[in-house]
Amino acid sequence: MSAAHAPAAVALLAARGVTVDLGGAPVLRGVDLDVRGHEVVGLLGPNGAGKSTFLRAATGLVPLAGGSIAVEGVAVDRIARRDLARAVAVVQQLPEAPGSMLVEELVLLGRNPHLGLLSRESAHDYAVAADAMRRTGCEEFAHRPLRTLSGGQRRRAFIARALAQEPRLLLLDEPNANLDVQAQAEAFELLRALARDGVGVLVAVHDLTLAAAYCDRVAMLVDGRVIASGAPAEVVTSEVVSRVYGDRVIVIPHPQSGAPIVVPAVMERADA
Amino acid sequence: MSIEATPRPRPAVGLGRRRRLATAGPLALCTGLLVAVAALSLTQGAASIPPGTAIAFVLNRLPLIHIGVEAPASWETIVVDVRLPRLLAAGVVGAALAYSGAAYQGVFRNPLADPYLLGVASGAALGASIAIVSPLESSSYEFGWVPLLAFAGAALAVLLAYGFAQSGRTVSNTALILAGIAISSVASAITSFILLTGGDRAQPILSFLFGSFNTASWTRLVVGAPYLLGGAAVIALHARLLNVLQLDEEQAAQLGVDVARSKVILLAAASLVAATAVAMAGVIGFVGLVVPHVTRMVFGGDYRRLLPLAALLGASFLIGTDVLARTLLRPQEVPVGIVTAMVGGPFFLYLLRVRRIGGFR
Repeated sequence: MSAAHAPAAVALLAARGVTVDLGGAPVLRGVDLDVRGHEVVGLLGPNGAGKSTFLRAATGLVPLAGGSIAVEGVAVDRIARRDLARAVAVVQQLPEAPGSMLVEELVLLGRNPHLGLLSRESAHDYAVAADAMRRTGCEEFAHRPLRTLSGGQRRRAFIARALAQEPRLLLLDEPNANLDVQAQAEAFELLRALARDGVGVLVAVHDLTLAAAYCDRVAMLVDGRVIASGAPAEVVTSEVVSRVYGDRVIVIPHPQSGAPIVVPAVMERADA
Repeated sequence: MSIEATPRPRPAVGLGRRRRLATAGPLALCTGLLVAVAALSLTQGAASIPPGTAIAFVLNRLPLIHIGVEAPASWETIVVDVRLPRLLAAGVVGAALAYSGAAYQGVFRNPLADPYLLGVASGAALGASIAIVSPLESSSYEFGWVPLLAFAGAALAVLLAYGFAQSGRTVSNTALILAGIAISSVASAITSFILLTGGDRAQPILSFLFGSFNTASWTRLVVGAPYLLGGAAVIALHARLLNVLQLDEEQAAQLGVDVARSKVILLAAASLVAATAVAMAGVIGFVGLVVPHVTRMVFGGDYRRLLPLAALLGASFLIGTDVLARTLLRPQEVPVGIVTAMVGGPFFLYLLRVRRIGGFR
């Protein structure tokens, strides 16, 4: 699944030695990470490793204690919010929204960074929002209020809002949570399709197998440090995985693609 | 999820047109209600003047219109110089309170927010109390010191609350609410002290605290209009940003909103509108809390629709309750603030039972 296109010259996202303290506790310690157009990069790691904090830092919402984060070559804290929102879209893990808001209203809010104070949404803006809903399969529930949606539908609505921003860089925090296996695969296939169009995608994922199957590159974050990064086959190995998650899981090759699969190492069963 | 390699924007599924239609209907409905209540207001009072005659008097004041009316000359004075300014004052104040209440609720993402949250009412009451008991009031100043000091008190209270709540460039909603409560209690305590120790001279403070339109005049309307219109225009410009802010501040920032700046602008504009309304008519409770809330329950939470509809319904509500205030115990007048609470409270409870409180989360 490597990108067919040559990587862009300037990285969409360039993090160098990113260090973040939250309430005195170090959450990120010297993280280096690049994301270019046309690629899907997976940010892996156990709970509390700092994945979500890194994504928030990448949109300038967390003050850095050290290092730098640049979007398209400009330090993130020097970019006006509106300009940043035209380049970068974010799908949070559990975003809140009023339950009475309709899906189409939510998606249309994605056009906000493209609209001036005085302007109303044009036919083009409505078309972009409709297209975002079509690509994410939100059309059939576009007129429904958010409170009536299932967890998976809700997630798709928020992904559609991010697409409506027409971002060059898309950041997602656990987009597969709450989704069944089929929907997880569809979500990641959508990310691949976006990468084919040139979008740079950075996705925080728990599921190592899913990440290995769909990402061009992955970085393993543990206690705020990147302990391994590179192609999935180089990072998702028995050695790295057992170092991070202990010896209760093993890595085996996918029967068709050979991509690494992480499964529990079942030694005995209670009923055996 | 269907997958396609390239996004091809297609004509939208009529979303834009549906939105405009969804606004036009309710707008016409609420405007009709306002006109009906206004006509009722002109005809009610000590002299019972037929609606047609009353409306003819008003229309005759517009350029290029002349309708022949056979009626006592004193009727024209009653309608045009007494009832019309009072009707306009009630309408303007009701619209202003509902409009600023909607903006406050939007900024705080909370249905319990009202335009008095940051101290507008108690600051205005303190300013008015000082004007009433000081030697200023007896001095010959045509416009009156009460509205002037009420406005200054309201503005000062909000500035103080904001100043205390601010840390760096940002200000948290919780800190703002707490600072507003603290400033309000201090101002209310001083007002109570003035009321208790001021003797008979302090009695007019009570009528300010309950609100009234019996001092409504063309002068007050003309002086207040620029502040009301200016503040309302700024809020109207931010209607779409209010929609974005309904998500939460982090998402709003990720959608390109400078949250800290938008909050300052919106709170300043909403407080300006509310302070002007209170300076014009005293402290009228309930309108700024309930009208935007009911509007949201009935017509949905899109601020571009909610703001104008809340203004129309606020105007209708306050004109209607002022009619009741004038007629319930005729010839005596009930303070309009008491009527708004007596009428609005039960109606709100009814809505809570029938249509579960909602619209926010």
